[in-house]
Order: sequence, then C-alpha cells, then structure tokens
Amino acid sequence: MDMNGGQALVKALECEGVEVVFGLPGGAILPVYDPIIESTIRHILVRHEQGAGHMAEGYAHATGRPGVAMITSGPGATNGVTPLCDAYMDSIPLVCITGQVPYAAIGTDAFQECDTTGITMAVTKHNFLVTEAQDIPRIIHEAFHIATTGRPGPVLVDIPKDIVDPRNPRSAMTWYEPTDDIMELPGYRPATAGDPELVRAAAELICKAERPVLYAGGGILKARAAAELLALAELIDVPVVTTLMARGCFPDSHELCLGMPGMHGNYTAVTAMQSSDLLIALGARFDDRVTGRLDGFAPDAKVIHVDIDAAELGKVRNPDVAIRGDCKLVIAELVEALKACGGLEAQPDRRAWRSQISGWQERHPLVYEQSEPGELLKPQYVLEVLRDSTPDDTIVTSGVGQHQMWASQYWRFDHPYTWINSGGLGTMGFSVPAAIGAKVGMPDRMVWAVDGDGCFQMTAQELVTASMERIPIKVALFNNAYLGMVRQWQEMFYEERYSEVYLSHEIPDYVKWAEAMGCVALRVEAPEEVAPAINKANEIDDRPVVLEFRSAAEENVYPMVPAGQSNSDIVVDPSQR
Amino acid sequence: MTATSQAAAADHSHRFHTIVTTVENKPGVLARVAGLFARRGFNIESLAVAPTADERFSRITFTVDVASSSLEQVVKQLDKLINVVEISELSPTESVERELMLVTVDVAGGRRHELLELVDDFRAYVLDANQSQMMLSLAARPGRLDEFEEHLRGFGIVQLQRTGRVALPSLDS
Repeated sequence: MDMNGGQALVKALECEGVEVVFGLPGGAILPVYDPIIESTIRHILVRHEQGAGHMAEGYAHATGRPGVAMITSGPGATNGVTPLCDAYMDSIPLVCITGQVPYAAIGTDAFQECDTTGITMAVTKHNFLVTEAQDIPRIIHEAFHIATTGRPGPVLVDIPKDIVDPRNPRSAMTWYEPTDDIMELPGYRPATAGDPELVRAAAELICKAERPVLYAGGGILKARAAAELLALAELIDVPVVTTLMARGCFPDSHELCLGMPGMHGNYTAVTAMQSSDLLIALGARFDDRVTGRLDGFAPDAKVIHVDIDAAELGKVRNPDVAIRGDCKLVIAELVEALKACGGLEAQPDRRAWRSQISGWQERHPLVYEQSEPGELLKPQYVLEVLRDSTPDDTIVTSGVGQHQMWASQYWRFDHPYTWINSGGLGTMGFSVPAAIGAKVGMPDRMVWAVDGDGCFQMTAQELVTASMERIPIKVALFNNAYLGMVRQWQEMFYEERYSEVYLSHEIPDYVKWAEAMGCVALRVEAPEEVAPAINKANEIDDRPVVLEFRSAAEENVYPMVPAGQSNSDIVVDPSQR
Repeated sequence: MTATSQAAAADHSHRFHTIVTTVENKPGVLARVAGLFARRGFNIESLAVAPTADERFSRITFTVDVASSSLEQVVKQLDKLINVVEISELSPTESVERELMLVTVDVAGGRRHELLELVDDFRAYVLDANQSQMMLSLAARPGRLDEFEEHLRGFGIVQLQRTGRVALPSLDS
C-alpha cells in the first residue's frame, strides 16, 4: 500500500499497540499531527515538552507498557532531554519521536534545528535519525524492541520533516508489516536466563549464610518478578530491603520486609545490610545513595549480584557470584536450585539474626512528633493520614526532596507499580506530570501526586493539561516555604547558613493558582482538617484536586547517613539518640 | 635503555590496551564509541576505522591509556551500544599489530645517503623526493615506527602522519 511517511509513522505506532501519545506539535513535526486526527491513538496535548516526557514515564511505570512522547525539533527536543535522562537513569521504557528539519537542511543552522541525536546520545539507550520514509516502520519497530527488552530505557527517533510531509516526494513509501524478522540489530542480544552453574553457586552461598539480606532493586519491577521474589524470600525465610526504585516490589506489611535502605532508609534496613554476611542483590545497582561511603559498606558481606545488564556487575562492588540475566528467570532458577539443595531445611539456624533484626525494629522505628495546636503541619502526619484514607492500590508519585523521602518512608506499599518517582536523576517537578501519565494508563486507580512547593513550581502548568483532558489526579502539595532538602543540608552541614532556599508560604497563592488551572483546591493548616480535606478530594473524580498542606519548615528527614559517610554512622531521630 | 625508560615501557604495556570492535557500518557509530571514552576523560591514543570484508560492518581498532579496572567497565558499556556487534581486547603477545607512517624529512644538510641507508635498514619506502626533502613510508609494528621516528628526528621531521594501529589475533592464539 502506498502512503506517506507521516501516515506510516502513525500506523507503525498503532501496530506497536500504542494507545496514547503525550506531545506538543510544532513546525518540524507538523505533518505527523495530521494523520493523528484519524488515528485510534489518544493524543494528550501537554503544556511543555518536559511534561510529555514525564507523563510517558509515569504511564510506562504504572502500566509496564512503553510510554510515547512526540515533540518537535530544536527547543521541543531540548526540553525533552531531562525526561529522557530521567528515564535512562531509572530504566523506563520510552519511545520519543522528535521532528527534525528537512534532511537537506540538517547542519545548516536552520530554524529550530538542533543536533537532537547528538545531544541525546548520552541519555538514551539508543537513538535513530531516520533518513528515508521507507525505513519508518522498521525503525519504529526496532525502537520499541530496544526500549522494552533487556534493560529497558528510552529510545529517540528523530524524523526529518521532508520524509513525513505529503507535499514532498521524499515522503512516498510503500507500507510493510513491521515484524521481528525485518529488524536489523546484529549487535543487540538482551540477556535472558542465568548460567545454571552460577545459579547453583549462588544457592550454595545462600545455604551457608548466617545473616543474609535480599537487596531488591528496581530491576525486580522491570522484570515483573515480584511474585518470584516473594517465593524466594519465603522459601529461605530471608529478610528483604526494597530500594527507592523498588518500593512495592515486596509488600511492606510482610513480616520479612525491612523497608527502604540508604541515605534516608530506616535504621533496620540500613543496619541489617551493614551487618549482613551475604547480600543477595537482585536488579539493584549499589547506588551511592544506598551504599554510603563504599569502603565502609556491608564490610563482612559476600555478594551475589543478579542483573540483566553486564555493565552493572562489578561496577561498584565486586560480587562473589555475578549472574547476568533477567531477574524473573534467574530468581525462578534460584528457587529451583535452593529446593534441590533441600529448601528451608537446608538453611542454617538464623534465629539469632532474626532476633537481632527485630531488636533494631523495636528500638528504631520511624518517629516524628505531632505538631502542637497553632503550629504548622507535620508532613509525616499528613502522609500517614493520606495513606490510611486511600485505597490499598493507590498509585503514589513523587517529586524529589524531603517529601519524596517521607512518602517512601511512611507509605505502606503492598503492591508493585504503586510508587513512581525519580530515583537516579532526582528530577524536581517529576510528580505532577508522572501522576497524569499514570492516571491515563490506569484510569480506574486513584492517583495521588505527593509534591513539594519547590517541585510544584517547576511543572505545575501540566495541571492545565489534566483539567482540559479530564484526568482527575490528586496533588498533596507540601508547602513548607523552602527548598526543604537543601535547607536540611544547610542546617546540618553549613552551620545553619541558609543560602537561597527560602520560597515563601504566601507567594504564589497555590489555591488560586490551582483554581486558575481548572482544579479544585483547598488549603489545609490544622491536623483535624487533614482527613476531611483528603476525603473530599477522594470524592472528586471529574477534575484534578490540589490540597495545599502548610507544613513545618524545620522538620528534617531522619534517619540520615550524611553524604560521604559510612552507613554505620547513620544519624537517627533526635528522640532516639 | 635507561632504568627510567624501562619503567616507562613497563607502565606503557600495563596501561595501554588495544580494543578491537566490529560495528555496524552506519553514520554516527564512531561518535557513540568515542563518546563513551570522552565522557570519562579517557584519551584515545590511536584509532583506525575501515569496513570489513562484509561492508555492512566496520572494524574499529583503538588504543586507550587507562587502568585495567576502568577499561573493563568501558568495554562492558561499549558492548551495550546497539551498533557494536563484537568487542575484544587484543593482548600484544597474542596478536599481530601493524601501523603505517608517512613522513617528510629534511635532507638539505647533505645527509641524503645516510637517510637512504636508514630506509633500507627499516625496509621503508621513498614515496617522493626533491632537492631538500624526502617523503618516506613505513608499515610495521608500532614500536618499530617509534624507533624509525626517533632516528629521523636527527634529520629533521617536516611532517609526520601515522594511521593508528590495526590488529588481528595471531593464528594460533
């Protein structure tokens, strides 16, 4: 069938099962926006290209399907760089289509031209510059294949205007079905199952360990291996820590769950890893926020490291057994190998280890002091009420900073894919657009964006998108008038010399601003108002809601491992010192 | 060889690594490969790129000055590049390495005969000559090129270009 490149692009997206595209048109991508009108694909018109990228990330994280963003050349593409980098760091499957100036004009400093593939080379798993209309179906299929297999990640496809513009003869092409056998990727071989001998070696190490910890990372979620992890943990009765990227991959209410490790992890998770004699790292990457000072991290632990990406094995910590493979398959293999070794009966007596762990849990639970009447709200309290007033499977997104750490600490994640945040890149402003993407992908689920006032001011304009598109997300905005996490560091490490961190409680007026964007908005200032406001927000299902919680600036996140220090030097809440 | 230069040579063999990659013969692939090194501040000492017998693929041979531990990480990341089909490190003892040098030498001082003897010794070629200068070529082991270059300095090197080394594994390695 003869068609033009723009039609082929839209049809190729439909063939990949794309249901929704987040985007914003402009000169170079204009011809693709014409066939969009007839397409089955829902297009969500964002207010800034960064929003399109984060929405696609939220959608991908919540649904497991690749998120798709479509933006124009030049400034459109450069605005998309932050979400691409964010998705690259957090291994989110994304396909980003960018317009480009006509092929013959590339390199001439044409209007809205930038070297998009050059700029994004270091922040994408792969990118393509398409030069012929005839290549479009194949390259789109390759882009989705690369984005979603192996270690997932963002793929960018840069499309010069002439090959999609029906008025240009270079856009003529003959349609063909994009199938696996037309792909030309001789250098791409994603890993699958693990080496059986290494799996046996790992099982033997586990059977000898007296103080093992399962260190579950975001790879568990990417591999959709939550059920396998549960089976493994229960088979050998070993405690699990879930990293910031892995929250929800193992139920927080399970007795084996120790919660989040790392810089603001809870005392037990951090200390159990420090005291462990075997870390079983599954889809985790020994991030500096987890390990603290590396030479002081888990000094007595042997390490089993399972990752789909060979470049992660030995990158930070040398493993005793390194298994390259898909977590879902490797964990299933490991369960079989452990059963063959005798299952639970073959495990050493670990009662002393378990009792040591419960001792830490009793001595160092997460704590905060409730506010006195007349004082500003405690964010931890608000999060507890929010957690207890929303359905179990509510999806929570977050920005970056104190509110993110409190949300991760105080929420009870009992289901995978209910926690969506920017872990690796730490992108302020992620929360609102990610929540919109998640809600579009999972319309029957309640979606709450937990956000700080600093973050909110970066991407709040996407609430206009949410209102216009009738995407009823809810925002819990913590207004403490500060860039809170930076303020905390200045308090603790810069002798309370506060430099450029004050934002103001009053300006902007968040309620008026949210209302101007088509949201229902409420300001909450006292503890007794918290639950009623949340209940009211939960009842609104036809537009976005913003609850502004006026919260205490001096509240700090604890525990904390100061940057550059060993996890053994964890600083607990003042009341526990 | 002085003690210092011996130590330098030992250090040289320890830190310099020859990496051979087979890549898809497509625009931008060299930039992707080079970018991985640039990002870490590693210098590429020598680089040679050309299509293989199968023109869909090119072979990139490069020498980098980097500690082995960092190299392992870079090699793994190179392997992750979608356009990189194969990658291996060639040890000098198990491979054959060659490099080509073109050099123009000053012979105005009447040392033409002396230079031609050197050309014979090294099995180099004279490609061009006039009253005052000679252009020579030598294809040999990179170390042999270094020696030749050292000798030529006494004459006065006007211009010099080396191709960067190419390498294949030895037949019985």
